Amino acid sequence: MATRESDMMDRLGRGLSSLGDWIDARFPMTKLLKEHATEYYASKNFNVWYGFGVLASVVLVLQIVTGIFLTMNYKPAAADAFASVEYIMRDVEWGWLIRYLHSTGASAFFVVVYLHMFRALMYGSYKKPRELVWLIGMAIYLCMMAEGFFGYLLPWGNMSYWGAQVIVSLFGALPVIGEGLAEWIRGDFYISDITLNRFFAFHVIAVPIMLLLLVTVHIMALHEVGSNNPDGIEIKEHKDASGKPIDGVAFHPYHTSKDLVIIVVFLIAFSAVVFFAPEMGGYFLEYANFEPANPLQTPEHIAPVWYFTPFYAILRAFPSKLGGVVLMGLAVMLPIFLPWLDRCKVKSIRYRGWSYRIALWTFAVTFLVLGYLGLMPATGGYVTAARIFTILYMAFFILMPIYTSPAIEKTKPVPTRVR
Amino acid sequence: MMTSRLAKLKLALAFLGLSLGMTAAAQHGAEGLDPAHNDVGDVASLQRGAMYVVNYCLGCHSAEYVRYNRVGADLGLTEDQLVENLMFAGGRPFDTMHNAMLEADAVRWFGVAPPDLSLIARSRGTDYIYNFLRGFYADESTPSGANNVVLANTAMPHVLWELQGVRRLVHEEAEEGLESAEHFEVVRPGTLSEAEFDDVARDIVNFLDYIGEPMQLERRALGLKVIAFLLLFLVISYMLKREIWKDVH
Repeated sequence: MATRESDMMDRLGRGLSSLGDWIDARFPMTKLLKEHATEYYASKNFNVWYGFGVLASVVLVLQIVTGIFLTMNYKPAAADAFASVEYIMRDVEWGWLIRYLHSTGASAFFVVVYLHMFRALMYGSYKKPRELVWLIGMAIYLCMMAEGFFGYLLPWGNMSYWGAQVIVSLFGALPVIGEGLAEWIRGDFYISDITLNRFFAFHVIAVPIMLLLLVTVHIMALHEVGSNNPDGIEIKEHKDASGKPIDGVAFHPYHTSKDLVIIVVFLIAFSAVVFFAPEMGGYFLEYANFEPANPLQTPEHIAPVWYFTPFYAILRAFPSKLGGVVLMGLAVMLPIFLPWLDRCKVKSIRYRGWSYRIALWTFAVTFLVLGYLGLMPATGGYVTAARIFTILYMAFFILMPIYTSPAIEKTKPVPTRVR
Repeated sequence: MMTSRLAKLKLALAFLGLSLGMTAAAQHGAEGLDPAHNDVGDVASLQRGAMYVVNYCLGCHSAEYVRYNRVGADLGLTEDQLVENLMFAGGRPFDTMHNAMLEADAVRWFGVAPPDLSLIARSRGTDYIYNFLRGFYADESTPSGANNVVLANTAMPHVLWELQGVRRLVHEEAEEGLESAEHFEVVRPGTLSEAEFDDVARDIVNFLDYIGEPMQLERRALGLKVIAFLLLFLVISYMLKREIWKDVH
């Protein structure tokens, strides 16, 4: 019996191995696995901040899978959209869970990506040789903003409607082409059935394809240059006799097993929201959005979803609409130039000077405060505060070449090996 | 090594604590409103609430996303009980709760079509409705003869007046340095005491809360199981990680 079983396993093993050879002769399967997993070396001293990249991919997959199932029951028409969402919530088997996973996933996506980007600011991950990784990442972020904006119209609630109305009208502020451009985006003179239809197309096909493509390119570019680490040291500069970095461990099974722990911790927090506070106090699902879109009735207080509010605060900080739009555009685009604004050769905040440390933490606080101000009404003290913090936001980028210059930023010596 | 593991554990706990803390803080409330304190787990209250809503509300309001038989199943009613007690307007058990009034008539009679009640508890909040239902008073200046302290000049008549009675709003003369206060004065007592009427309002709010999200009890129950599983899996995945990393220094 035992010999027959082991004989069978032996044959199965040989069969699989020859199947592998057959594929490898026609497609670089083993080569890809080695390059990106079993022989991709990343620093062994990754801390929790290095988990947000993998969490972003987990959420991306979650959004795509739940999105597919939502699409099976959602109706992209002004007359049916709101009712079809309620149909999903009430009549579709497990529809409520799929919908809450998707709506919470949208916010979670921005949470993990903002933290992922902050990690890059802390450890200088945008610096040479990773400039392209950063640029592609920024393209992903812009796509995410578009995806979030298009997706928010789809439930066709009153906040969906008026939020889209406000944001599309921003394009109308541009001189000469503005009105025509806003009309072209809407496909109508106001947000209508036609707008909903095209936003649906962008949300479920156009932008997700771009996202998937960009994420693939992001990871390819990263694996070409190698991951940064909390010490900001290039581990490729210290290799052993066999040519692998001494301070690196293989992505699989080392980092995959570590990432699994991080993913489970994330899922616990995520489930706490999905199952116990899917509205998240009106921040993830806004209360006004439980009323169907009504072109004749503006919600009492229009605020975008929380992940756009820092930029919304900047938009409203400027006295003129056009000026606000330009300022907001600038605020979104400025991080693109980080690799060239930052003149410091040292990557990690562990060894950088006080000027950058102060600037970074001020910036982090500024971003959070702007996010809060974007949720508040644009009156009195809130506007003054938004103006002050807008200046701080801009100063972080515009003054960077000065406070990161060798004359001002005194760095500490960087060790040659990771701690 | 030990300290860094402890630090990580602390970070993870802080992260969880933060998300759970935010979850607890994420309650929909407003200032100046009496809390409704309704409990969607209280089936008897939901049954009473369903009765009141069907009797007093569905003449004018609809709950167009709510199916009668779903309500029946969730409230522990047989189909016969459902048809006898909750379905006065006929129809079939799988129909949704439509109102008896045409929208055009509503606009002609009240100036505005009464809002659908399916999601009213989610858009306005339970406390708001609880206070709105208890906030009516007699006012000769409005078409319906009633006004409301929560929603001034509401088009809705005081449909629960027989239960609550008719009240008048009395503005008290403000004393020096004090804000002027208002209180109600009973003109004609209703069939219920004030406490009994509050219970009726609470039952109605409870039912509206339930139909706003009929799966909410199921959601919380499932959530506990999911998180219990994930906590267990966290231990296993952490042990796996330690096993794999034990030779890395």
